[in-house]
Amino acid sequence: MIEIKNLYKSFGHQQVLKGVNLVINEGEVTAVIGRSGGGKSVLLKHIIRLLKPDSGSIIIKGEDITKLAGKKLDEIRSDIGVVFQGGALFDSMTVYDNVAFPLTEKTKLDKKEIHEKVKEALSDVGLQGMEYKYPAELSGGMRKRVALARALIGHPKIILFDEPTTGLDPILVRSIHKLIRDTQKQYEFTGLIISHEIPEIFEISDRVAMLHDGRIVEVGTPDEIQKSDNIVVKNFIMGIEGC
Amino acid sequence: MSMIKFIRLLGGYGVELFLFLGKMFIFLVDAIYYVFIPPFKFKNFLRQVRFFGNKSMIVVIFTGAFSGMVLALQGFYALNKFGAEALLGPAVALSLIRELGPVLCALMITGRAGSAITAEIGIMRITEQIDALTVMAVNPMKYVVVPNIIAGIVTFPLLTAIFDIVGIYGGYIVSIHALGLSEGTYFSQMELYVDFKDIRIGLYKSLSFGLLVTWICTFMGYYAGYGARGVSRATTNAVVLSSVIILLWDYMLGAFLL
Repeated sequence: MIEIKNLYKSFGHQQVLKGVNLVINEGEVTAVIGRSGGGKSVLLKHIIRLLKPDSGSIIIKGEDITKLAGKKLDEIRSDIGVVFQGGALFDSMTVYDNVAFPLTEKTKLDKKEIHEKVKEALSDVGLQGMEYKYPAELSGGMRKRVALARALIGHPKIILFDEPTTGLDPILVRSIHKLIRDTQKQYEFTGLIISHEIPEIFEISDRVAMLHDGRIVEVGTPDEIQKSDNIVVKNFIMGIEGC
Repeated sequence: MSMIKFIRLLGGYGVELFLFLGKMFIFLVDAIYYVFIPPFKFKNFLRQVRFFGNKSMIVVIFTGAFSGMVLALQGFYALNKFGAEALLGPAVALSLIRELGPVLCALMITGRAGSAITAEIGIMRITEQIDALTVMAVNPMKYVVVPNIIAGIVTFPLLTAIFDIVGIYGGYIVSIHALGLSEGTYFSQMELYVDFKDIRIGLYKSLSFGLLVTWICTFMGYYAGYGARGVSRATTNAVVLSSVIILLWDYMLGAFLL
C-alpha cells in the first residue's frame, strides 16, 4: 500500500533520514517506534508530502508522491487522513465544524447528509453531545478524538497518526489506542502510527518498525520485535540509555 | 582581516535580504494567482471584510476626528500669520485626503487588524492547522491568505474615506466653535481648492496600502517561527515592516503622482 524506498532528508547540515526503507501493508496497522527527535514525525510528513525528500521515493497507489504536485497530489491526499500530534483542530470553529470541514470543503454533499455523517463520526469516537463546543473547551483526550473523527469522516484508505497519545495519562492512552483499533476494524483503513508508547503500542499494531539513527533497523510483528536480538531495539523497549 | 570579515558579514546580510525579498515576492505572486482560481472563498472574504472594516471603524473614527481637529488648530496658527485663515478648510481637507487620511488610517489598521492576522496565521502555522489544511487538500493560500489580501484592498479605501470625512468635520467643529471661523468659509473654499485628482491620489494610496499591509502581515504569519516566541516576533516584524513600508511607499507614490 505504501512503499518507502531509500528516503533521505537533511535540514542544513543535520541528516535526519539516512535511507529509510519500509513497506506498510494494506489493511494493517504499522507502528513506527524510536526515540524522540529521531525523525519519526519527519518520516510521516514525507508520506503526506508536507516535506519533500532530498532523494528516495514513496509509492502510494502505484504513484511516487515525491514527484507529484497539484491535482494529482490532492487526489492521493484525499485518500489519506492525518491525526496530528496536537490535534491541529481549527480553534475558531466548533467541534461540529471541525469534523464537517473535509466534507464542506471537498464534497458537494448537502447540509443534511453532512450532519448525519458528522453525528456518526462523533458517535464512533464517543463524543456525542460535544458538537457545539470549541477545541479550547475540550480536554487533551477529547481533542484527539475530534481529530480522529475529522480524519475518519471522509472514509480515507490510509490514516497516519503522529504520536496520538502524547501528553495523555495512561488510562487515556489505552482508551485512544482502543479507539484506533476499533475504528480501524470498522473503517478498515491502513494505519501508520508514530509512537513511543512502549509496551502499549504492541497491543494495537500488526507490525512494528524501529527507526534509529535515520534508518529502519528492525521490522516485525509485535512479538518478533519484543523478542528481537537487536541491541538497539532491546535497549529501547527496556528504556535503557544508549540505544 | 577585519575588512574581510566586514565584507563577508555585509555579503551575508545582502544574500539573506535578497532571499527574504524573493520569498515575499513569490508569496505575493502565489496569492495573486489563487485569486483567480475557483472555488472562491467568499464567506472567508466577507468575514475578513467584517474583521478589517467593521471592527476597525471605532479606532478610525476616533483618530480621524482628532487628526482633523489638530490639523485645524495648527493650520489656523500657521495661516493666521499670513492672514489666510479663510483657507483653513482646504488646508485641512487637502492634508487629510492626499496624505494623512490614507497614511494614518493604514497605520491604525496595521496596529489593530494587521497584527491580529499575523498572530492568527502564525498560531495556525505553529499548531499545524496550516498543515492540516494542506493534507485535507485545501490550499492554505487560498483559504487563509487570499481572503485577507482582497479584504484589505476593499476595506482600506472605505475606511480612509470615513477617516477623511470624520477628520474634515472634526476640523470644522474646531474652526467654528473654537477658532471662530464662519461656517460658509470652511466649506466653500474647500470646493474651490480640492480637485478630483486629490481624491484619486488618496484612493491610489489607500488601495496600495491595503495590498502592502495584508501582504506583509499574512506573509509574516505564514512563515512564523517556532513557538510563542516565533509568533510574537512575526507580529512585531509585521507591524514594524508594514509601518515603515507605508511611510516609504507614501513618499514614493506622492513624489510620482504629484
